[in-house]
Amino acid sequence: MNKTALRLTALAVALSLTAACGSRRPNQLPPPPGDAATTGETGSPGAGDQSGAPDAPVPGSQADFLRSVPSDRVFFDTDVYALSAEARATLDAQVEYLLRYPNVSVTIEGHADERGTREYNLALGDRRANSVRNYLESRGVAAGRMTTISWGKERPAVEGSTEEAWSRNRRAVTVLPN
Amino acid sequence: MKSWLLLALSMPGAAASVALAQEPPAELAPAADAQGEDEPIRLGEGVITVVPIAVPPMPTPAAVATPAGNTSALGLQVAQIVASDLRNSNVFTPMGPQGLPAVSIPQVTAPDYGFWSGTSAQALVQGAVRANPDGTITVGCHLYDLASRSELTRQDLTVPPAQWRRAAHRCADLVYSRLTGEGAMFDSRVVYVAESGPPGRRIKRLAIMDQDGANHRFLTNGQFTALTPRLSPDNRTITYMTYTDEQPRVFVYDLASGRSRPLVDAPHMTFAPRFSPDSRQIVFSMAVNGNTDVYRISAQGGRPQRLTNAPGIDTGGSFSPDGSRIVFESDRSGGQQLYVMNADGSNQRRISFGGGRYATPSWSPRGNLIAFTKVAGNFRIGVMASDGSGERLLTNGWHDEGPSWAPNGRVLIFFRSAQGSGRGSIWSVDLTGGNERRIPTPLDGSDPAWSAINP
Repeated sequence: MNKTALRLTALAVALSLTAACGSRRPNQLPPPPGDAATTGETGSPGAGDQSGAPDAPVPGSQADFLRSVPSDRVFFDTDVYALSAEARATLDAQVEYLLRYPNVSVTIEGHADERGTREYNLALGDRRANSVRNYLESRGVAAGRMTTISWGKERPAVEGSTEEAWSRNRRAVTVLPN
Repeated sequence: MKSWLLLALSMPGAAASVALAQEPPAELAPAADAQGEDEPIRLGEGVITVVPIAVPPMPTPAAVATPAGNTSALGLQVAQIVASDLRNSNVFTPMGPQGLPAVSIPQVTAPDYGFWSGTSAQALVQGAVRANPDGTITVGCHLYDLASRSELTRQDLTVPPAQWRRAAHRCADLVYSRLTGEGAMFDSRVVYVAESGPPGRRIKRLAIMDQDGANHRFLTNGQFTALTPRLSPDNRTITYMTYTDEQPRVFVYDLASGRSRPLVDAPHMTFAPRFSPDSRQIVFSMAVNGNTDVYRISAQGGRPQRLTNAPGIDTGGSFSPDGSRIVFESDRSGGQQLYVMNADGSNQRRISFGGGRYATPSWSPRGNLIAFTKVAGNFRIGVMASDGSGERLLTNGWHDEGPSWAPNGRVLIFFRSAQGSGRGSIWSVDLTGGNERRIPTPLDGSDPAWSAINP
């Protein structure tokens, strides 16, 4: 499952070392979550990419991806994980990009809105991420390049308890390495 | 089924004169409970059936400095905790310890009935705190019935100084159990998720505290999101879900060593873990390529056994107290509904048929009821009999979720999410639907789970 970029592999190794012995120190101050940078609302070119050159994103990077495709995310109706026609069009554009950079690995994040129970939403986010993965695979993106993760309702893109906020939080986001 | 509705008025002996039934029950209990109707006493809805009980400060035979403080000061604190526990139960109206006269050591075993009979109290809790030569502390806990002028029960509660609050909780449990006939609940803990930070990058840490919010302690540092902890019934380990290494997995946390380890060796998301009643098995969910099913596994790890295989989301498994059955939620019929199966996965059958969706089932420690989150517009906490009959909703928040039972099955703890901010807080509610209370936590909180009585 985890044929991800070298960066992630190195991170995982480092983290599993800490995990093996690190839980003994519950009194440390909590560092910020290391993962949230990719889960917030992006959509503007270059979001989340502060290290690269501002006018020339690295080909195959998240910043370049965001500049090149109409959207990095697709949206779902309540409790739905099937892809709408609009979602498929968005993903078709992503496929075009991903086929251009066949060595880039992708993480597909599945999310749910706050109006569901926590565990069901984890399963629902997994369904949504897999819907996208299956579609991308059907369009020629190699399965080995793709990893899915569900965040359930844990990482809303938009704060608030409105239909508008919920509709933007029911999403699956395609994330490339920075 | 009826026992939990009844106070101990009908118990033999002097207890009868502690008149718990002076006032009629506020409301007849709903249908599921109606069979207790011929009984004289029930724990009614709201604040009706309450017993005035005096809890004066506890003296010490010798003022001794201990790591928990001087025994001369501890007696007041112990009495305060006893009174607070009894008040929170909503069954008692405690008087004191503030405002009540000092009790001498001889009076602890020979109450001044003349004085106490002049008060409105019907029962009296007295005690003494002493330091022992081996460094432990003993709280003598005595319960008296003031009408019959007799002792109902007593117990010496000996604890290490660091656990002095437990002696107070056990004294409150002694009083509560003797006068209501219910099981103990105060000497117990709550594990939950402490939350901070903005919604999009919330920091979620595992935390544990006494049921009254004291002795709060963080167990993880927040580097990785932690969710849905449950204590093992032997109170030694916690199973929970964590995003360690960006991989959402069920872990097992050992309270003595503070070490955590992954439970299931599989390249898939695992979540929704709950212990079996003997602490040796864990039921959990695993998502494989978009399909979630319920599995069980030894708490030591090993090979999981798959229990469901419907195409859909099957999750939220919870064992019956005898370990023979599991209640879970499934959307195989379209939306989330509750199902019961044998613990080997056989004989799956739906039990919820009301309007709306049903989620997060939790089997009561008595076995007769299942608590759940009902989704029908709002999210509310409810209970139904384990055959699905007699549904009752207990709360009416905008988003109440995830009930977990007190060890005696009288109270449920759950979390409430605020509309707009999504911020979580921990609440409890009586099985009757009354006495909704917020449990104090230093940060926001969610996913509470009540422990068994401390060993």
